[in-house]
Amino acid sequence: MSCPDFAAHGTLVLLSPSLRRVRALGLAVSLACAGLAATATPFTPAADNQVLERVASRKLDPAARERLALRQALARQPQDLDSASRLAWLHFEAALADGDPRHAGQAQAALAPWWGEPAPPARVRVLRAVLAQYEHRFEPALADLGAVLAADPTDVQARAWQAAVHMVRADYAAARQSCAQLAPHTTRLTAAACTAQVDAATGRAAAAAAALRAAMAEDQAATAEERVWALTRLAETEERLGAFAAAEGAFTDGLAQSRVVGRDDIYLLAAYADFLLDRGRAAEVTTLLKDRGRADVLLLRQALAAQALGDAAREKLSAELAARFAAAAQRGDTTHAKEEARWLLGLRPDDTAAKARALALAVQNFSAQREPADARLLLEAALIQRDRAAAAPALKWRSESAIESSVLADLAARVEALP
Amino acid sequence: MSRLGRGLTALLAACLFYASGTALAHKPSDSYLVLAAATEPGRLEGRWDIALRDLDVALALDADGDGSITWGEVRSRHAEIATYALTRLAMRADGAACRVEAGAQQIDSHTDGAYTVLPLTVTCPAAPTAQKLDIEYRLFADLDPQHRGLLSLTLQPGITRAAVLGPHAAVQSFDAAKPNRWQQWVDYGREGVWHIWIGLDHILFLVSLLLPAVLLLAGRPPRWAPVERFAPAAWEVLRVVTAFTVAHSITLSLATLGIVELPSRAVESVIAASVVVAALNNVWPVVTGRRWAVAFGFGLIHGFGFASVLGDLGLPADALVLALFGFNVGVELGQLAIVAVFLPLAFALRHTALYRKGLLIGGSLVIALLAAIWFVERAFSVKLLGL
Repeated sequence: MSCPDFAAHGTLVLLSPSLRRVRALGLAVSLACAGLAATATPFTPAADNQVLERVASRKLDPAARERLALRQALARQPQDLDSASRLAWLHFEAALADGDPRHAGQAQAALAPWWGEPAPPARVRVLRAVLAQYEHRFEPALADLGAVLAADPTDVQARAWQAAVHMVRADYAAARQSCAQLAPHTTRLTAAACTAQVDAATGRAAAAAAALRAAMAEDQAATAEERVWALTRLAETEERLGAFAAAEGAFTDGLAQSRVVGRDDIYLLAAYADFLLDRGRAAEVTTLLKDRGRADVLLLRQALAAQALGDAAREKLSAELAARFAAAAQRGDTTHAKEEARWLLGLRPDDTAAKARALALAVQNFSAQREPADARLLLEAALIQRDRAAAAPALKWRSESAIESSVLADLAARVEALP
Repeated sequence: MSRLGRGLTALLAACLFYASGTALAHKPSDSYLVLAAATEPGRLEGRWDIALRDLDVALALDADGDGSITWGEVRSRHAEIATYALTRLAMRADGAACRVEAGAQQIDSHTDGAYTVLPLTVTCPAAPTAQKLDIEYRLFADLDPQHRGLLSLTLQPGITRAAVLGPHAAVQSFDAAKPNRWQQWVDYGREGVWHIWIGLDHILFLVSLLLPAVLLLAGRPPRWAPVERFAPAAWEVLRVVTAFTVAHSITLSLATLGIVELPSRAVESVIAASVVVAALNNVWPVVTGRRWAVAFGFGLIHGFGFASVLGDLGLPADALVLALFGFNVGVELGQLAIVAVFLPLAFALRHTALYRKGLLIGGSLVIALLAAIWFVERAFSVKLLGL
């Protein structure tokens, strides 16, 4: 929705009643633009037992109970570093489990006494880096991690995060080095998986998949959380290699392990949903993601599935996504670029302006994050716009990394064939 | 948790997040604060929407901890919610504190769930002359530094400003100075011109009265014949336009100042009827001599139509007369521009059959038909044309 300034509506003054409807529409637009992002008018619920909102249950969710207890303890003693860092971690885990970034803000709040210090205690500093990367502020994240590791090169947490930040920035040499420095201090499976993710992105995908399988078989003590992660990596690697049956096996094993963990794994669900969408199995996506639309990433997949199925729900899902993107834009949040671009390409197929905007967002996204999904989005958006130049960073990344991916290879060939 | 255990969790979380990148992004915590200057000087009115999900963190709204926040749990805490919120929002006009009060709370839905809606009334003693409004926003600053208040502020009619409030800039200042009077006058004048130009019913009424101005009824049976000289035609046009202007200025003023009020459906219906009458009078002349009197009579009702437009534009309480005057002058200038185009053309064409038959008779019939349809639409609230 474009938001013309209010003065423009004042001129839409017509006496014919039917024309007045035009003006009413203009006013509605301006009201929506004025900050009332939701179109509904306030209401007074009819009954006291009407449920207005669902939150984590303190009765049923031990983590929610622990967060409350820690928050109360911190209210009495805000300088208690143990309680503060524990609360921050719990909030960050909750953010990963349900996709609600409020938890990231609440994690930051727990660390308030140290947050602004140039050199806070190592535990706080690692958390500060974790929360910084969550907002895509990668430079400060690496700076904090580097400082912690300079003081203690064996800090496993800091080293693991350092590898992860290097991966998302497509700095594979640095990621490989972080994994090598991590290996002596961590488990067999984590060490193998860390290196395997680098191999999988740099032309050694088959070896990486074999190493992941071997490490999972050998490391009987591996936790369910470790296995979810390793299986997700394995599934993606097999998928890129075109081994779809093996990929699907890894995805479903991963989902089974995440049920053992007892928490949803939003990333795994999204990756499996994309796999199913690519295979033309949208109906299974609808079943997989039922009632999981609170996370934008899963709502997007629900909408893409509805679009593929010609389901009437797509209008509602698409409007819901549009509202979330508008709310983020109002706040000045640019971290939704990837989802917004996919939404524009997938759900507004006949809208020329949407395609151009999708390409701009894909370019912006790829400048921040360089993973296979980011490259694929940029190549697809550029292909639709027939803009070979815009895709140059993704083409360069693909040839430099030597990543093996049948989808990316096909897209790159079609983009390179553009005039 | 052991150091190794934490490391594992960290690595898993890191890589899961990274692979997902922005995919995990979700709507962060926002509140929506909408404030607009009220008609009484020194007063702002609006609403503040705050997520129940956020209030639950601060006030444990979910009293029984079952994961569901019910209306009963919210309603019983209304006083507490209002106190919590209002102690975290301060406003000052030129440094003097404003009083912020909340009315009865309701519920609204935003994209990420249910919000409580606090209707706000802000009273600033210094505001009538204030140059600057400061807003200090500290809601949830201690619980979620990423929380933001999305402000939509309308201090001057027609100028809505958006701002993002939060701990990154806890106090923000907004220019509260009154708009430049001359500029305001010009703005309302422009609205007046625009309104007459796009108000097809006003134009057609005027045109219906002006079409015969370059002709005379002569002979037996009476027939339309061209006038000889330009001056009598121009005088006739001046009389009609002046009468129309004087009449609608009177009623526009009376209605805008609240002295006379008429139901808008009746006004709009009569305006449509006036166009029918004026157009048919050209085909079957009844009033021939005193067209200015017709212009005056119906001009009175057109003035009420202008008034409803001016009302919809939003009137500055402190500059009502100025806005009224500016708008009216704009309407007259708009009319003059139409006349300036019409009169030379009509005078040039007055000898032609195209003018006397095609435009005067045919054109008037078309105008009458169109206006008749408007009349039915307006009087009976039905839709006949897609106009």
